[in-house]
Amino acid sequence: MPQTFDILVVGGGPAGIAAAVRAAESGASVAIVDDNFTLGGQIWRNAFTETAPDPQPEWRDRLQRTNVSLFCATRVFHQPEPGVLLAESADELLEFRYRKLVLATGARERFLPFPGWTLPNVMGAGGLQAMVKSGLPIRGKCVIVAGTGPLLLAVAAYLRCHGAEIPIICEQASWSRLARFAITLIRSPEKIPQALQLKRDLKGIPFAANTWPVAAHGRAAVETVALLRNGKSEQIVCDYLACGFHLVPNTELPALLGCQIRNGFVQVDELQQTTVPNVFCAGEPTGIGGLELSIIEGQIAGFAAAGRNTEAQRLYSHRDVCRRFARRLERTFCLRPELKSLPSPDTIICRCEDVRHSRLQEHTSWRAAKLHTRCGMGPCQGRICGPATEFLYKWNPDSVRPPLFPVRVNSLAAVGRTNQPEHHGLRGGH
Amino acid sequence: MPDQISVKVNGAAISVPSGATAAVAMAIAGQPCRTSVTGEPRGPLCGMGICFECRVTINGVPHCRSCQIPCEPGMEVNSEV
Repeated sequence: MPQTFDILVVGGGPAGIAAAVRAAESGASVAIVDDNFTLGGQIWRNAFTETAPDPQPEWRDRLQRTNVSLFCATRVFHQPEPGVLLAESADELLEFRYRKLVLATGARERFLPFPGWTLPNVMGAGGLQAMVKSGLPIRGKCVIVAGTGPLLLAVAAYLRCHGAEIPIICEQASWSRLARFAITLIRSPEKIPQALQLKRDLKGIPFAANTWPVAAHGRAAVETVALLRNGKSEQIVCDYLACGFHLVPNTELPALLGCQIRNGFVQVDELQQTTVPNVFCAGEPTGIGGLELSIIEGQIAGFAAAGRNTEAQRLYSHRDVCRRFARRLERTFCLRPELKSLPSPDTIICRCEDVRHSRLQEHTSWRAAKLHTRCGMGPCQGRICGPATEFLYKWNPDSVRPPLFPVRVNSLAAVGRTNQPEHHGLRGGH
Repeated sequence: MPDQISVKVNGAAISVPSGATAAVAMAIAGQPCRTSVTGEPRGPLCGMGICFECRVTINGVPHCRSCQIPCEPGMEVNSEV
C-alpha cells in the first residue's frame, strides 16, 4: 500500500524538521523519512528522544504539536516515477507518493586519505561525536581532533565536556585565514556569543593552525599520530584520532531525481525549488552553511511547498545574512594543496574495495578507475572515496543510479514490479 | 548511571548503556567491526550510516550498519570476517 502525503520531506535534521513543521502548520499532510533511527540529523542527534538533554525545545515542541508522520530508520533508494519514492526499513519496503518533495539530505564529512587512516579508532570528527552521542564511553580517553572547519571546535568542546582529554586541535587552515575569519565575525554579531562560549569550553586546549595529521600508527587500533605542525613533524600518543576535513553535501538523491547540481551543490531558486518541478531542497545540499541557514532554508522550503510564498519571502533577508557567513566559511576552510601529497603509494583510498593510491594514479577519470580497480564500487558507492578523489585527482563524480544504497534482494525485485504499469492497476483495486 | 543491558559480541557477553548502538557495543568489547577485502581490521568512520565500515552481523543478519542500530537485550553481534 503506498503512503500518500501532500508534502514528503526526506531528511529529519534541522532543515527537514523546519520544513515539515512549517508545511504542517500550513495545514498540509506531511511526512519525514530519515535513515537514522531517531530524528534530529547529526547536529540534533538524540535531541528528539525523551531522555536526551534538550538543546532545541522550540523545534521539538513545534514538531510534536503537528501531526507530521515520522518514518525513521527508513532509507529512500529509488524513484520509479516522478512523485513516487521507494524506501526500505528494517523489515519492509515502503512506497511514498507525494505532491511536493523537500530534500533535506544534509551533509557528511570529507575524509582525506593519509597513511594509517583506515586503522580502527581513526574516525571522523563528527563521526566520533556521533558515536559518543550513541553511548560510546569517552571519559579519560585521549582524542586528537584534526582536519578543518568549525566542526572541529564544536566536537572538541563536546568531547571534553564528556570527559575526554584533548591534547591538541589541529586545523589545516593558516593563521592568516583564521584571523580574517575572526575579524569578519563582527559582521555576524549573532555568532559572537556562540564563539565566546566555545572559547570558554575550549580553554586550555592547544589549538594549532597550519597543522594536519600525516600518519596514524598502531597495531589493532591507532596508538600514535604523526602531525606536521608549522612544517615540523611531531608524534602524539592517543586513543582516538577524530579527523574530518569540513563537509560535503549529500546530493545523491537530488541527482537521482534529476536536480541540476553545480559545483557540487543542488541549484535552487529563491523559494528553494530545484530544477525539477515540485521538488525543493534545503540545508547543506544547497551550500554548506550550518545550523542557522539550514533552519531558515527549511522553513522557506516548507512554506513554499505548502503554497505560502509570502511567508517564505519574509525569510529571504535572514537567509541572505546566513549565506554571506557560509561564503566566509568556505573561503576560510578551503583545503590547502599540500594535503594532496598526504597519501603514500600504498595508502588505501577506497576503503570498501581496498584500492590504493598507486593504482588510482594510473587512471585519468573516476569512470576509468571504477572500471579497472573497482574504486567506488563497494557498499558506500563512492560516498567516502568520491570526494577524496575529487580533491586528489580532480575527478568528477559519475551519474547516480538506483539503488542509492545497497538494498535487500526483495526490495530490488519490487523496483522491477513498480516499473510495470499493470501493478498500478492492481494497487487501485485495493 | 544509565541502565545497562547485556548483549553478546563475538560470543562474549558484555553490558552496554541502554540506548547504545551496536557499533558502541563493538567498541566497548574492543572488537573490530569487519575485516577488509585485504584483511585489515576496520571500525566505524563516519558514525552516521554512510561509510559502511561498521557493518556487522546482528542476530544472524549480515551487513548491518552497526552505527544505525540500537542494542537490544540479548542481541548477538558478530564481526564480519
